Amino acid sequence: MDDTLIRLRDDAASAAPVLAFAELAETTNAAAVRLSPGDDARALLPLLGQLELVEVEFPGFNDGRGYSAARILREHGYAGELRAVGQVLVDQISHYHRCGFDAFRPDQPIARAAIDKAIATWPEVYQRTVDGRAPIWALRHG
Amino acid sequence: MYQYDTHDQAMVDARVAEFSDQVARRLSGTLSEEQFRPLRLKNGLYLQLHAYMLRVAIPYGTLSSRQLRTLGDIADRYDRGYGHFTTRQNIQYNWIRLEDAPAILADLAAVGMHAIQTSGNCIRNTTADHFAGAAPDEVADPRPYAELLRQWSTFHPEFDYLPRKFKVAIIGSETDRAAMKLHDIGIQVIRNDAGEEGLRVHVGGGMGRTPMIAPVIREFLPPLQMISYLEACLRVYNRYGRRDNKYKARIKILVHEIGADEYRRQVEEEFAHILTLGLEPPPAEFARIAAQFADPAFDPQAPEAIDRSDPDFALWVDQNVHPHKAAGYGIVTVSLKPTGGIPGDASADQIRLVADLARDYSFDEVRVTHAQNLVLPHVRRADLHALWQRLDAAGLANANLDLISDIIACPGLDYCSLANARSIPLAQKISQRFADPARQRDLGELKLKISGCINACGHHHAGHIGVLGVDRKGVENYQLLFGGSEGADTSLATIIGPGFSEDGIVDAIETATGVYLAHRSEGERFIDTYRRIGTAPFKEAIYG
Repeated sequence: MDDTLIRLRDDAASAAPVLAFAELAETTNAAAVRLSPGDDARALLPLLGQLELVEVEFPGFNDGRGYSAARILREHGYAGELRAVGQVLVDQISHYHRCGFDAFRPDQPIARAAIDKAIATWPEVYQRTVDGRAPIWALRHG
Repeated sequence: MYQYDTHDQAMVDARVAEFSDQVARRLSGTLSEEQFRPLRLKNGLYLQLHAYMLRVAIPYGTLSSRQLRTLGDIADRYDRGYGHFTTRQNIQYNWIRLEDAPAILADLAAVGMHAIQTSGNCIRNTTADHFAGAAPDEVADPRPYAELLRQWSTFHPEFDYLPRKFKVAIIGSETDRAAMKLHDIGIQVIRNDAGEEGLRVHVGGGMGRTPMIAPVIREFLPPLQMISYLEACLRVYNRYGRRDNKYKARIKILVHEIGADEYRRQVEEEFAHILTLGLEPPPAEFARIAAQFADPAFDPQAPEAIDRSDPDFALWVDQNVHPHKAAGYGIVTVSLKPTGGIPGDASADQIRLVADLARDYSFDEVRVTHAQNLVLPHVRRADLHALWQRLDAAGLANANLDLISDIIACPGLDYCSLANARSIPLAQKISQRFADPARQRDLGELKLKISGCINACGHHHAGHIGVLGVDRKGVENYQLLFGGSEGADTSLATIIGPGFSEDGIVDAIETATGVYLAHRSEGERFIDTYRRIGTAPFKEAIYG
């Protein structure tokens, strides 16, 4: 499985065991957790200081809940690794990146070059999100 | 009208490049049909019964003459010489080859158009009042807000894989010409008691198999918080809308199941957070857009009086020309409902003619209506006769706006892979049955809407008379509904009894018009009489 992992981060990947969301209640020092589509990302907010890795699961590419989960975590200051896992396809990479994902573990491997190309799909963007890009309205008005 | 700047152009150009690459990967087999499907749908490309269908976005139904002419040229070059205007103010081409789709998108991009998000489970093309900027009863022009929405919703990364499709409509008048309350989000620009402009936001309306009228979720929103508020509305939906059953996945089901109050509470909580993030475009951006929708240079001396000596012309003026906010001007609706024709269809030559007329008589502007007609919004009354003559020569001067032959109909089983029954032949039969213009005028305003399946693209729930095509043991069967309206008095039509064959429903509709004529009081429309006397006299006459 690890061979499909692509990280856009320079730090070392977390070695902590990845807990399922439901297991969080049984521990106080979790450093890595996996969110399934129905899990409430806001429940992680008290733990943001200790988390190194959040995996967001996409069992199907067309279940978009993980985009909101990712963006919520970043909007609240989460700076650790945010990894999209599962049916992660190259045509959705740009959206993942704009919502704060900085690592991907697709079921089917994607070449690093294809990821870089996908992230560069849009020369400009209309919305301010969490990727730091200035939206077109900001470019227009400085 | 809004003009693309280099930023807008860069975005549609990038889309053409991206989709060209996706089509190439599909044609080479690198992409499976399953993987390609959501990608082509986000470019408006459907696989229908006989061919690919391409749906082109007409943002808030507004076109320049150059854009409309391109739509006519595309019909000639890539289709069979005609196009179909839809109930969402878009245009569809029914006979498209997959290989041609990238070239069509490139032709569209050259005039600042696209097919972005005209399908798929994303935020669709925003619709608006087709009389925006021209109607005398307007509080404020909704188009600057609609353009702001267009930009915000284009390639929105968080809301591209929603539980289901998402449609927003916006109006700026008390008179609702956009079926606003029957949308996932309906926005009305209003003025409060202090005279401040703001937005009233309805959420959770829709047609389809579970029709609902959207409740008000925000009574008054400061106008420059619209994007932040919609981010909140969409985020709550994206997270909590149902994904277990596609028939219960629209936002109306979420709002209905948790209740408007609880939905409002969740949105307000999210909104408070989002307001801290600085997502809202600045006032200068709204002002930049609004300036492009400033009034054209109306002639203050334009005369009001016209020569009504030609009786056919006078009838057309009375039926198809609305009062304009500027003295000496009128709003012209070009009927795409000739007797026995296909509602909303126009030939390439007709499309190009309307483009020429817009250039010559309407400050270069055209609108598409959700009732599948075209509008020339700013015509000098002194030019009406010359305009009418050119329309008449092209078969476009039918004086039937809002009459029984001004039928809304979906493509139905002649084209659509979802349909259960044909809509077009039925619309043609009804139009022929009531072909006599004097009889139509006597019946007055009567909105007849036909859907070929429960998905309600033909707005049958909102018809004064609605027709729903169903499949009954392999035979097309048509159910009859009465009492719907999409206006400020929005109501949902109800089925009155057992269904009919294609000929039987035409007879039943004729019988219903007889009941109306026998019972109407002075000044009552069909819908008014129906609301007053109820279903019983109609049922008695039809099923007796």
